[in-house]
Amino acid sequence: MAIIEVKNLHKIYDETNVPVKAVNGIDLKVEKGEFTAIVGPSGSGKTTLLNMIGGLDKPTKGEVVINDTKIHDLKSKDMINFRLMNIGFVFQAYNLIPVLTAKENVAFIMELQKVSRKDRNQRAMELLRNTGIGDKANYRPGDLSGGQQQRVSVARALASKPQFILADEPTANLDSKSTADLLDMMLEMNRESEITFIFSTHDQRVIDRAWRVVTIEDGKISSDKTREN
Amino acid sequence: MLTIFKIAWRNLWRNKRRTLITTASVFFAVLLALVMRSMQLGSYDNMVKNAVSFYTGYIQVHKAGYWEDKSINETFEYTKSVEDEIKSEAGISSVTPRLESFALASSGNYTKGSAVIGTDPKKEAEFTQLNKNVTQGEYLKSRDKGILVGSKLAEYLRIKVGDSIVLYSQGYHGITAAGEYPVRGILDFPNPEMNKQTIYMSLSEAQYLFGAPNMLTSLAIMIDDPAELNEKVSDLKNKLGDQYEVMDWKEMMPELMQEIQADNAGGIVMLAILYVIIFFGILGTIMMMSMERKKEFAVMIAVGMRKVKLIAMMFFETIIIGLLGVIIGAIAGFPINLYFHFNPIHLSGRAAEAMEQFNVEPIIPFSMDPAYFLNQGIVVVIMTLMAFIFPLVFLIRFNVIKGMRN
Repeated sequence: MAIIEVKNLHKIYDETNVPVKAVNGIDLKVEKGEFTAIVGPSGSGKTTLLNMIGGLDKPTKGEVVINDTKIHDLKSKDMINFRLMNIGFVFQAYNLIPVLTAKENVAFIMELQKVSRKDRNQRAMELLRNTGIGDKANYRPGDLSGGQQQRVSVARALASKPQFILADEPTANLDSKSTADLLDMMLEMNRESEITFIFSTHDQRVIDRAWRVVTIEDGKISSDKTREN
Repeated sequence: MLTIFKIAWRNLWRNKRRTLITTASVFFAVLLALVMRSMQLGSYDNMVKNAVSFYTGYIQVHKAGYWEDKSINETFEYTKSVEDEIKSEAGISSVTPRLESFALASSGNYTKGSAVIGTDPKKEAEFTQLNKNVTQGEYLKSRDKGILVGSKLAEYLRIKVGDSIVLYSQGYHGITAAGEYPVRGILDFPNPEMNKQTIYMSLSEAQYLFGAPNMLTSLAIMIDDPAELNEKVSDLKNKLGDQYEVMDWKEMMPELMQEIQADNAGGIVMLAILYVIIFFGILGTIMMMSMERKKEFAVMIAVGMRKVKLIAMMFFETIIIGLLGVIIGAIAGFPINLYFHFNPIHLSGRAAEAMEQFNVEPIIPFSMDPAYFLNQGIVVVIMTLMAFIFPLVFLIRFNVIKGMRN
């Protein structure tokens, strides 16, 4: 059963005199446990699609259904809560809270979910260990390398026990080794815990390891290929 | 909320220099405001205290209409019940009866208009410490038949202690008031005008001279706490009724009040400038702290943080900057004000002479009114809250996608 269903999704930016069709009629279903890469050249609409799936942006037309919830029908406050409880985010520039330590960054999401202090600290440490940086728990983002920060970012995304993780160009700022390590880690989580990952990327190293690759050009899906796992 | 506060606190120290500069601007403004205003308010207190204790008292009770033309005919009977009524009011420290009028003072070929003040010598000494102004001769006794004369008046009349002068005036309801009085002592006041025209005599003798037995023109009143002045005036008005007029020193000495108000206005303008500096200092910092973190705010909202928590975080950041400056400023200002409260600045030269002419001791004690410290804090907190309007509106209107693109 699909956990994400995108139906006839459109997004037109009309901030300038010339309206731009960033997403132009996309239909997509993502099943639980998928490891999907959404690829395409810059400006093809990957990030806009991910933003709408994540409920950060509203579509001009069409709908996104996550586990039977039409997310864009939700009120702003409910949408934030829905994101908190259902979606994990990993960003290109890591975007950790710079004044919190790695552990505090991960625990912060659980605090928003009102998880008890003891449980959130325990789970934050567990996640940091699982992402291979348990020894850096008390470091602030500024004291970590890009790869380490992105691991914390993944741990943070996992902290809320989301239905799926949206990752926008997660390897764009990483070197080859960090990229490989991060992909290994995420694939392992995907295999072992059936965590659903959806990436936007134009990084061939990610594309090569994704088992479903959805290609977008000019706001439309031009191909959707699934590889045997 | 603790984590929100923790993040806010740490955010402040992300740019230590900026936070310190902003806090320092608040600190110096608060310190300057506290010291400057404390000095100003202290000097006003001193002026008022000196002025009221020199002659008028904080409050005076007259017959209704007396103050308008200060006529000897507008007197009232000095009954025990009136004095008891006044003394029954809590916070009244002393009451001095007086009968005042004008007379021609004459000695030999010299004559001069003078102000004659009949008073209870003992109470007057307690009230105004008149006995300390006696530079030659001796102070009056209770029902003394003699008089005290201002030094310049004595000089003009060519008289000395032991000589006599004749007083000639119109008494109560038009009777002739005349008498010869031995000079018991010479008075010297800081104010030259007082020296030129003042004559003191005992109340009983003044009542006899003006043909107004047991009559008074005023009851001068001292109170324990000047802050309760309005309350006391109001209470006395209610107690004594319409046949008396109850006036405070502000009504009796409007020129002093106006001088204080004019000077105070200058101080308030200065304070307003300081407050504007505080406001823009905080606003500038808060604006920078908001604008440079657009992407961070966007991510926080994206991962599930509600705007109200972000607003709370910015509120803490804003208020901490303001409060830090206020608290440190108050801590630094307190000992300075305390020192000068107990060790007033002593003026000398022309400044001292000018003050002495107004019967004011030439010192500037600093005020330690706790209300003023509190008011400073409240004003800075209001400034800080006004500065907070910017991040509040900024966050309410904040668009996550635009923030992400930042």
